[in-house]
Amino acid sequence: MSSTAHTPGAHQPVKRSTGRLVLGWILVGIPLAYGVFQTLTQVAALFG
Amino acid sequence: MICTMIAGDMGNGPKMGPFASGLLDTVVFNQARNITMGFLDRERTIAPPGFNRWLVPPAALAVHLCIGQAYATSVYKTALVKHFGASLTEIGVIFSIAIVMLGLSAAIMGTWVDRNGPRKAMFTSAMFWVGGFLIGSLGIFSHQLWLVYLGYGVVGGIGLGIGYISPVSTLIKWFPDRPGLATGMAIMGFGGGALIASPVSQALLKAYDPNSGAQGWVASGDAVGKLFLTLAVVYLAYMLFGAFTIKVPADGWRPAGFDPAKVKAAKLVTTENVSAKNSIKTRQFWLVWVALFCNVTAGIGILEQAAPMIQDFFRQSDGKSLVTAGVAAGFVGLLSIGNMAGRFAWSATSDVTGRKRIYMMYLGVGAVLYTVLALAGSTATALYVVLAFLIISFYGGGFSTAPAYLRDLFGTYQVGAIHGRLLTAWSAAGVAGPLIVNTILDAQGKPGQLNGASYQPALLTMVALLVIGFVANLLVKPVDARFHEPRPDRGRTEPAMEA
Repeated sequence: MSSTAHTPGAHQPVKRSTGRLVLGWILVGIPLAYGVFQTLTQVAALFG
Repeated sequence: MICTMIAGDMGNGPKMGPFASGLLDTVVFNQARNITMGFLDRERTIAPPGFNRWLVPPAALAVHLCIGQAYATSVYKTALVKHFGASLTEIGVIFSIAIVMLGLSAAIMGTWVDRNGPRKAMFTSAMFWVGGFLIGSLGIFSHQLWLVYLGYGVVGGIGLGIGYISPVSTLIKWFPDRPGLATGMAIMGFGGGALIASPVSQALLKAYDPNSGAQGWVASGDAVGKLFLTLAVVYLAYMLFGAFTIKVPADGWRPAGFDPAKVKAAKLVTTENVSAKNSIKTRQFWLVWVALFCNVTAGIGILEQAAPMIQDFFRQSDGKSLVTAGVAAGFVGLLSIGNMAGRFAWSATSDVTGRKRIYMMYLGVGAVLYTVLALAGSTATALYVVLAFLIISFYGGGFSTAPAYLRDLFGTYQVGAIHGRLLTAWSAAGVAGPLIVNTILDAQGKPGQLNGASYQPALLTMVALLVIGFVANLLVKPVDARFHEPRPDRGRTEPAMEA
């Protein structure tokens, strides 16, 4: 299923905003991955 | 028109009286304000054709990751106790005020959020949340605890409530085919925010305090104040990124290939709409409220006591525990991951199973897991950890599945506002959960002397609560047609409270 906006009746070319999409996910993904990694490291060190 | 008249006057003659000058100032000010505020208006956030809807979840996550810091307050709790010379309870009140304000502001501001759109709501949330940190830091630097209550607790708490509900209805509209996945991604951020804030705050406190290398070091108040200022700057940037990235779909938009008729095939999913005002007159709202309240109360029961509880469960006859304080801390971290993972995984799964069925799992299977934990949890550490992890994942799942459940029952019209009202269940559970567990444990003995058996009455009370929630969820039926908003082709009279 396409993930881009589609208005019924409107046949406009799909605008690819891949750069913004990647940047957006990196901005939230990196801090989140860092937080999970830090926590898992703590957990692994303590239970291992 | 006034502008045109003034411009005309200015063009016709060089002189301008003091009245006209003042009027011009006012008009220019209003125009500037309109340009600024206009950018935040819902009308200015309508997505152009071709807008990629997958940009909306990171915008929502940006806000939720910031406000999720509320769960990381324990990092500087001891430092504030020392700085203010206050008790743990007095410092704990800061967090309690924030959570109560979260529920109240979400309930009161929900309709405003739905009416004004996500950008203005996120922007407002950022102002309150960041303002809370700034006022809080002022309180720390000036040794005024009441300013921290006012700042982080009241002002920040309002930011929490508005921020929590701000992206929900937008996400549901962008992902009518997968609302559980969409809200799960955003609300996962609230769980994940603490995972980021905890290590970052610890590192910053060490950097800001020259005595951080000392034995038994506790961060200074000055370091906590600087931490608050730093968090304010970082959170402002992130939340504004979210506010200026988010867009609402145009009227009538739907994902390519999405057929609403297929969604309607599910019995509990409506294509009608119920207003926030009418939703609270329905039995369904209060049944879901009870189900969420019971699920959250039971989860908080474990979360509140996580570290001492695992040590008590494995306390030997000589009074020493097999689980050290360090291992217990790691266990708390594991629960945080379970909380975050459950918010995403179970909510996404609910798109396949349906919302009512997944709530039956949270509450029904949750009751069974709690029973096993109470009766056999102390037999093996691995069993205890697995049970607690699953229970906490159900706790998180309950939060993130709730908006999609409301969408199914009440439609998308004012789902954000209805969600805001539902969050009062969270506030109530935040008071009830710790109260139930602490009252029962106080009657069992003193901290450090408790064992697995001491927790049985509290855990079995939670089982009873989960059974009540299970029954409430079982009773959820489609909303009566008299509560539906009128369509152009039919009228409706104001419905009365459902019996």
